[in-house]
Amino acid sequence: MSKHHISTIINGEPTEFLCEPQLTLLDVLRDELHLTGSKEGCSSGDCGACSVTVDGRLVCSCLMLAVEAEGHKIETIEGMARGHDLHPLQRKFLEHAALQCGFCTPGLLVAAKALLDRNSNPTETETRYWLAGNLCRCTGYDKVIRAVLDAAAELRAE
Amino acid sequence: MLDYTAPSTVEEAVRILVEAPGTAKVLSGGTDLLVQLRSGRAKPGLIVDIKKIPGISGIRERDGGFVIGASTPGAVIGECEALQRAWPGVVEAANLIGSTQVQGRASLAGNLCNASPAADSVPALIAARATCVVAGPRGQREVPVESIATAPGRTSLGPGEFIVEIYLPKRSPRSADAYLRFIPRTEMDIAVVGVAVSLTLDAGGVCTDARVVLGAVAPTAILVPEAVAALVGRKLDEAALAALDQAARRACKPIDDKRGTIEYRTKVAGVLARRTATIAFERAGERR
Repeated sequence: MSKHHISTIINGEPTEFLCEPQLTLLDVLRDELHLTGSKEGCSSGDCGACSVTVDGRLVCSCLMLAVEAEGHKIETIEGMARGHDLHPLQRKFLEHAALQCGFCTPGLLVAAKALLDRNSNPTETETRYWLAGNLCRCTGYDKVIRAVLDAAAELRAE
Repeated sequence: MLDYTAPSTVEEAVRILVEAPGTAKVLSGGTDLLVQLRSGRAKPGLIVDIKKIPGISGIRERDGGFVIGASTPGAVIGECEALQRAWPGVVEAANLIGSTQVQGRASLAGNLCNASPAADSVPALIAARATCVVAGPRGQREVPVESIATAPGRTSLGPGEFIVEIYLPKRSPRSADAYLRFIPRTEMDIAVVGVAVSLTLDAGGVCTDARVVLGAVAPTAILVPEAVAALVGRKLDEAALAALDQAARRACKPIDDKRGTIEYRTKVAGVLARRTATIAFERAGERR
């Protein structure tokens, strides 16, 4: 089995890796590149814990082969904060206590950012539908929705 | 042992598929294929990623209709305003598939070739008289969407064949379509029943042409000619809806499973047919 040489840009950094064709993007992010913020929940695209963006488009990294990343720009949760400055979404998740175990949080944050990048003023309904593919088994969703809407309001004010 | 290749032309893709008979799988959005790889249900020797073929992803207008490249993700379909205006039922059906994340990758051609009886976009495409261009070792052929799925998980595509694009024809005036599905929750589930209706009205609001397609109540999506007979020549009234309801229920050949019993699916098919036809009538009536 031959390994493929893949060139990508991950969180703004040109990144190259070697991978076997059956590995998912999530496998390579976590095990090869040690970007372990993206989580493996279901491996079937149901839970959203592995959410990343590819060329700005929200996807499950468990449903994409790593070889498909060739030539594409990938953003993961590790690219969200600027050094020690948290992104407003991250701050609002803390302020609203929108997490307990935290396993779903990176995926929720990446998905919520993809929403706000497209729609700076989403309704609660739009936000709930957009995030329907991100499952949380402990906090529940109300605090998450409040945090996202509050972050959107803060970002609009800036 | 699995290998991966991403050909840059249709001809190269066909040649690769012909040379790896039975062991190669076409990869588009991968939202079904990667799950099958992980579970072991699919064990290909070669993945042929068609997304590097120019034009395979994207939407363009042709002859008043729309060409949708085979790999165009649902999210792109949902963002195309001209397509949304012409074929709102096809767009709403395509956008019901999976989550926002799945929409970032899942394609119409993939939904079609996965050949699930419950595929949301397929009834809407059939109702729309959509066709697909199939590339293969003997060149390209254009076939109706309803000729692709033959049974759950099976298609009529021959060795070396794959879908290149889907074509939605030009709309006549006062025409519209709609798709509804029933699931036990509001998002992220598989259809218990799906109904697509596409129709055309005359200036007086009388239906002159219709297509009614049911999903998830037979081994493949099914056209229901008796339901068409219930609508054509009539306005939107209780008599038409009652006849449609009965025709839809009679056409059902569902299975019992965890999502619904035969009796339940049959009843829901009639109710959904009424609601879907009502939406299509209203949409068509708003167009002048």
